[in-house]
Amino acid sequence: MKSDVPIALDQSEKSSRAALREQIAGAAEIVAIPTLALAAALVLFGIFVALFGKNPLDLYFYMYQGAFGTWFSWQNTLTRAAPLILTALCTALPAQLGMVIIGGEGALLMGALAATSAALALPGAPPFAVQVAMAAAGMIAGGLWIALSGALRQYRGVNETISSLLLVYVALALLNHLVEGPMRDPTSLNKPSTSEIGAANMIGTIPGTDVHWGFAFGIVAAVLAYVLIYHTVFGFAARVAGGNIRAAKVVGLNVSRLILIICFLAGAAAGLAGMVEVAAVQGRTNANLAAGYGFTGILVAFLARHNPLAIIPVAILLGGIGASGGLLQRRLGLPDASVLVLQGMIFIAVLASDSLYGRLPIFARKGAA
Amino acid sequence: MADGSIGLWTVPLAVLGGAIRVSTPFLFVSLGECITERSGRINLGLEGTLIMGAMGGYGVSYLTGSPWLGVLAAGLAGAALGALHASICGLPRVNDIAVGIALMLFGTGLAFFLGKPLIEPTAPRLPSIDFGWWSDIPQVRAALRINVLFLIGVALAPFLVWALRTTRAGLIVRTAGESADAARAMGYSVNAIRMRATMFGGFLAGIGGSFLSLFYPGSWNEGLSSGQGVTAVALVIFARWDPMLCLWASLLFGGAAALGPALQSVGFSQGYHLFNAAPYVLTLLIMVITCSPKRTLVGAPAELSITR
Repeated sequence: MKSDVPIALDQSEKSSRAALREQIAGAAEIVAIPTLALAAALVLFGIFVALFGKNPLDLYFYMYQGAFGTWFSWQNTLTRAAPLILTALCTALPAQLGMVIIGGEGALLMGALAATSAALALPGAPPFAVQVAMAAAGMIAGGLWIALSGALRQYRGVNETISSLLLVYVALALLNHLVEGPMRDPTSLNKPSTSEIGAANMIGTIPGTDVHWGFAFGIVAAVLAYVLIYHTVFGFAARVAGGNIRAAKVVGLNVSRLILIICFLAGAAAGLAGMVEVAAVQGRTNANLAAGYGFTGILVAFLARHNPLAIIPVAILLGGIGASGGLLQRRLGLPDASVLVLQGMIFIAVLASDSLYGRLPIFARKGAA
Repeated sequence: MADGSIGLWTVPLAVLGGAIRVSTPFLFVSLGECITERSGRINLGLEGTLIMGAMGGYGVSYLTGSPWLGVLAAGLAGAALGALHASICGLPRVNDIAVGIALMLFGTGLAFFLGKPLIEPTAPRLPSIDFGWWSDIPQVRAALRINVLFLIGVALAPFLVWALRTTRAGLIVRTAGESADAARAMGYSVNAIRMRATMFGGFLAGIGGSFLSLFYPGSWNEGLSSGQGVTAVALVIFARWDPMLCLWASLLFGGAAALGPALQSVGFSQGYHLFNAAPYVLTLLIMVITCSPKRTLVGAPAELSITR
């Protein structure tokens, strides 16, 4: 966790012990406030289900059971966390530049389509080559999809939040068109789908678990994103541009290039999520892929305050909430949309908690004011 | 051809009829959002409000047997979501765009949760007025079967132009949108003004949603709205924050959205899904053409976060 920049600059003037204490207080605040928001949302959700005659304590018990209670549920949770890490990066990376991109779902769908096309275009190739081609195709397709939003913003002044969301619906229409038309497997009757990519080309599970390799991809991508943003000159430039675009131009940074590259990388992460869902879960492309991972990813990014490393635990948490949905449906008779309601409550609570920073007396920093 | 007597005219007629039907939700959402944005705040959550209005309107119509009570309930549900948006945005250091995204997810989730039992039953639908009585051609009659809500929306647009320009309330809203400091100097609470403007916007968006479930397509299911709310928010930008331009833009978008079904009705079903993407692609194209990175948009409220 990095503290605010002004404090880091002040360090030379202060005793190092006081500076350290402030940094710890700052880090504690960054962890404590979202945790508080999360707890508030869980309490609200408990009250909400109580209105429908369900016992909130049962709710919390089954949520824990379904998310982290058994090894089986842990594996389910981690499997769901994999695409969430990647789609969260799609929002978190542009956020470093001060951009709000919410079109991860579209990049995921384009990535899935491209990855499937790559696999179907290479029949008989060795599985490893097919998998590499799938990943590359998925990342390029997703990357270009979000880079389009970035380019529209930079060169035409089109709001990137709206354009990226509109592109989700365009991607969905494109997917439906291809899956029901040119790419349709004629044997898929009830659910129009493309042909299968073949069992040999599936990326398989991490040994000893039922969790697919996509989870490892997600971890690696998050760590790489963290290093890129916080430990490279490129990332530093991006954060300067995000903090003050005029200052960035004055010091000669190429802002257009920064925006295009960051947006491409963001989209590539979401496109990889699409590839993972095809190559590890579905085995083909169909409408099942529009499962909302792209939208939950936005929540993950905001809850993690756009820090790529914090995205990993938050994605596991939200993956767990998603994994517990089935148990809530079976044991408590709650509709599957209850997970969406809880996610919405968490999102609102987290945003409302933004106003608490610097105002809770226990985290008060001496001399910071 | 489906009908020998009018031949290819089927397509433009179906587009016209479709434009009137499909544009109504666009129209209500964009008029509401127009007022909200003129007060200096953007509510991206209207997609969720639209779906919540569709569910609430359908549910109340089913329970009470009166579709008009359903419309009212949808408006009130929308206003409640608007109040939630405004009260969170009123807190210090909270970003209105992010709150909009959160409310989009929350409204959608809540509507799906509460709407589960409403997928099966059939609720009474809104009546329509038959403006095509003079014609013997069934396609003309179908195209001119117009819903009262559409007419209300058409009347509302010039009314809002007038209200914004000449009334005291309109002036206060515009002041808050152009300069929060000026509004404060006049002794008004900017948060209170924006609260009312956002609730008004939510009210209209909720009504737009009730049109979806109570008239066209005319039933409640989870796939009812797919981005109409977002498109309508983008449409306000294209319409330069002018309610009358919102009306024309809504009709244009309704026509674009009706093109796919119209072509399908004459047996041209190739690329049906691609035609479904037409309103989104059109929105993007229009934004590309009308926006510019070098200057602020003409007519943009100065306090609005997306144009700064």
